[in-house]
Amino acid sequence: MKQFMHDLLLVAKKDLRIEIRSRVIINQVVPFALLVLVLFGFALDADQKTLRAFSPGLFWIAVLLSLLLAIQRSVSLETANDSLTGLKLAGLSPVAIFFGKSVAIFTQLVFLEIFLTGGIIIFYGSVIEDPTLWVVAGLITALAVSVTGTLYGALASGLEVRETLLPILLLPVLAPVLIGATKAYSGALGETVSNGWQWTGLLSLFALIAATLGSLAYGVLVEE
Amino acid sequence: MTHLGYLIAGWGITLVVILVYLVSMFRRARSIASQVPSGRQRWMTSSETEIRD
Amino acid sequence: MSAGKMLKQNQGVTSSPKSRLLGFATLLGLVTLFVFAFFLTDPDVRLHPTTGEEIGQFDAVRLLYLHVPMAIIGPYLAPLVGAVASIGYLIKRTPWWDVTAHAAIEVGAIFCGLVLVQGSIWGRPVWNTWWEWGDVRIMTTLILFLMLLGYLALRRVVADEHKQARRSAIVALVAAINLPIINRSVEWWESRTLHQKSTLSELKIEDLTFFTLMMGIVVFLMLFTWLVLHRFRLGWLEKESLKQEALTAIEERRAVAVTNEEETS
Repeated sequence: MKQFMHDLLLVAKKDLRIEIRSRVIINQVVPFALLVLVLFGFALDADQKTLRAFSPGLFWIAVLLSLLLAIQRSVSLETANDSLTGLKLAGLSPVAIFFGKSVAIFTQLVFLEIFLTGGIIIFYGSVIEDPTLWVVAGLITALAVSVTGTLYGALASGLEVRETLLPILLLPVLAPVLIGATKAYSGALGETVSNGWQWTGLLSLFALIAATLGSLAYGVLVEE
Repeated sequence: MTHLGYLIAGWGITLVVILVYLVSMFRRARSIASQVPSGRQRWMTSSETEIRD
Repeated sequence: MSAGKMLKQNQGVTSSPKSRLLGFATLLGLVTLFVFAFFLTDPDVRLHPTTGEEIGQFDAVRLLYLHVPMAIIGPYLAPLVGAVASIGYLIKRTPWWDVTAHAAIEVGAIFCGLVLVQGSIWGRPVWNTWWEWGDVRIMTTLILFLMLLGYLALRRVVADEHKQARRSAIVALVAAINLPIINRSVEWWESRTLHQKSTLSELKIEDLTFFTLMMGIVVFLMLFTWLVLHRFRLGWLEKESLKQEALTAIEERRAVAVTNEEETS
């Protein structure tokens, strides 16, 4: 178990270190997500009231689109230097690699969510009425999408059409997460009367299933 | 009969799509069958050489 | 080329005496179903309890015998078969399971697509809408359909045979496991389902209506089996032809290598 945590953190730290050094998250992904928020503003209405009503959904759409970018980067880190083979040769278990990569993406997503929260408060004038729900639902959703994303990143990796294949494979699978996270966040914003904690429960269930299944499937995938 | 247009559309689209799918399947099968030796065209006949990966 | 001629030329490629028999029985079943659905069963006409007006779906109800059987197979049975075959592949690692999963899911995707189209066509006169966002079954079928399209897209990508089979199996499995979660989330999302309250329970399911519906289920199960059988055989041919291509390429390269060697020596 200790060895497992060590391996997991090793992989996570490696990915995060590369991300921090390259500054792609801060220089490209965060601005991209904020750009999405602004584009929705142009597309929907200049009226803050409309935007506030849609802000939970727009928030999560921005997260999912940014997730696609983060996954693509995470996969290209492995394929570029064939470091996955290296990690396997070093004796790391596939489960540890899987969770390590998930933790790296999770961290990036949480970082992104902080910026986006600021974004919707400033651009759309949203008011967070239930901060606990906001934070818990945000963390659990980030977990759910990062484990699913890591698995699908591995599924699409090494294929010629990876960039286009990943969204059509991943996004339908994440449909219940989008519904749940949006509902939880509208509850936290007090926009609609919805049971945010019930939705957070569903999100946790999804995260749990995705983590279990993902770690098993990842083992099958990296046999290659 | 009421709603005749809806009935024709519902049943018609279904039957046409399935027929087109079937014909395309047959056409493809016929075009690649020549590339495969006759002993290996079917699972029943080629299963003895099945290899696990 | 006409479809009939094509069917004749297909003999021996993806058909066998038994599958031809099944195909013939399916065709006969479809014709019988058509007669029952359009001529023998009554339209859905009821009298309003207070005003005495004629209400109901009238002849639009004849879509029931098409839509319900396909809606049982497309979004339920086909992904189930696909998922079981995918588990079979992950355990046994033999091409039989892989080709079966692919066949069931491809036919299932076509059924799902058709079910969505039929539902939309039926919904227009009966529910007065082409599409209902809050309906659990419509949304679940749609998301499943999109997941199946993703699966088929992955299958079309050129990759190593075993690699592709392994990845496809995981995608199919995730789709099947995700199905109840999607269902639950849509149900909570908007609890305004049209399906349960206004189709089966409200219709007066008479003996003949019920019989025709059951017959529809049997006929479409036969059709599904028959299509999957042919798709399986086509899938097997595709797999073997790829293998053959690889063998020929190796042979050619070897031949070139041998001539080069002869030239140099």
